[in-house]
Amino acid sequence: MPAKPRLTREQIAQRAARELPDGGYVNLGWGIPNLIAEYLPPGVTVYFHSENGILGMGPRAKPGEEDYDLVDAMKVPVTLVPGAAFFHQADAHLMTRGGHLDVAVLGGFQVSEKGDLANWKIPGAKGSGAIGGAMDIAAGTKTLIVCMEHTTKEGLPKIVRECTYPLTGLACVTTIVTDLAVIDVKPGGLMLREVAPHWAPAEVQALTGAKLSAPNDVQEMDLS
Amino acid sequence: MKRKVYSDIDAVVADVPDGARIMFGGFGGAGFPNNLIAALARKGTKDIVAISNNCGTRDGELGLLFKLNRIRHVIASFPGPHSNHFQERFTAKEVTLELVPQGILCERMRAAAAGLLGFYTTVGVGTEVAVGKEERTIDGKRAILEMPIHADFAFIKAQKADELGNLTYRLAAQNFNPIMAMAAKATIVEVEEIVPIGAIDPESVMTPAIFVHRIVQAKGIRYAG
Repeated sequence: MPAKPRLTREQIAQRAARELPDGGYVNLGWGIPNLIAEYLPPGVTVYFHSENGILGMGPRAKPGEEDYDLVDAMKVPVTLVPGAAFFHQADAHLMTRGGHLDVAVLGGFQVSEKGDLANWKIPGAKGSGAIGGAMDIAAGTKTLIVCMEHTTKEGLPKIVRECTYPLTGLACVTTIVTDLAVIDVKPGGLMLREVAPHWAPAEVQALTGAKLSAPNDVQEMDLS
Repeated sequence: MKRKVYSDIDAVVADVPDGARIMFGGFGGAGFPNNLIAALARKGTKDIVAISNNCGTRDGELGLLFKLNRIRHVIASFPGPHSNHFQERFTAKEVTLELVPQGILCERMRAAAAGLLGFYTTVGVGTEVAVGKEERTIDGKRAILEMPIHADFAFIKAQKADELGNLTYRLAAQNFNPIMAMAAKATIVEVEEIVPIGAIDPESVMTPAIFVHRIVQAKGIRYAG
């Protein structure tokens, strides 16, 4: 029997985009989160924050129109939307740490059942590792969404009872969007909200390293 | 009155000694003092303690100083995917690294600038960055003590300076520059343009001249790496 299809990275981004509030101030991290801006539902306006000091980032600059003094946190030349503002890095992180952003979306290596996040270093990997803004964002953002594949390339769960990778922050994750499910971190543990098309809650649980509570009304993700 | 404007970029770094602690502005290719870095490389200052968000982009930005093995310790947040010269020195144990969360890097410099002796934060609690740091509970939240980061010099990049040292920055190129300008004992700025005193509208000044000690016009490298 062929393996059941999982969401693509773009579909994870598409599903996560629906979690963003109209008029919200939002920071998108590296990886899958960086794809989210392409998938905002019609009629939803979001002001994107960049930790180098921008609120109101628009799409990437067109070829020939790049200005290298106007880049996002991934060094990509971007544009601005009307109402944008610049500020310095300390104020940019005052916004992350101080709880001023509405939502941040980060990539993840592991999330624990308590909402601990590990996303900055793989144990045993070569080199120095790099923290960047992730720890400030994790510590202060009101709603932190993590987008990641549900399992590692080796098929091991990335949602676990306790993180074994170096931590980014404790009890900071609000919601996890993966290629198999949408899961909320609640005071009592992990709550399965949605499953990928054609997946059953028990099948998602089997690929998860922590207990998922599954109410009877678990929905199938709408990717239309 | 001592003139802050230097015409010679090599003269502006001529007294930077071996072992100096230097903050370097810039983020994501924007706002790097690349011409000052090149001048420092020509001068040959070594055993530098560098404070910077990243650790260079190939041969550009701080990559030049890592390539020449002039930095012995670096305090950084995001060494970066193209910091190959740093990574080679780090692996060879020729340079040591203190990795700091990016916003805390800003605030530790700002504490130094503001005469504060430290602050408590929830950032990094329970992670590797908390190791060895004092922890206490404030308002029911676990917090760690973070200490100021001081420096002998800040090397920064701005768009425009007046001859007194009032600065403006362009677009997203301010990043760490205004913070470092306030935190170091001596701030050296390279700018695109130097204008007479009074030519910058006081309402538009982003770094007041009190924080700026030497000014030089950037020539040559705009973006590196």
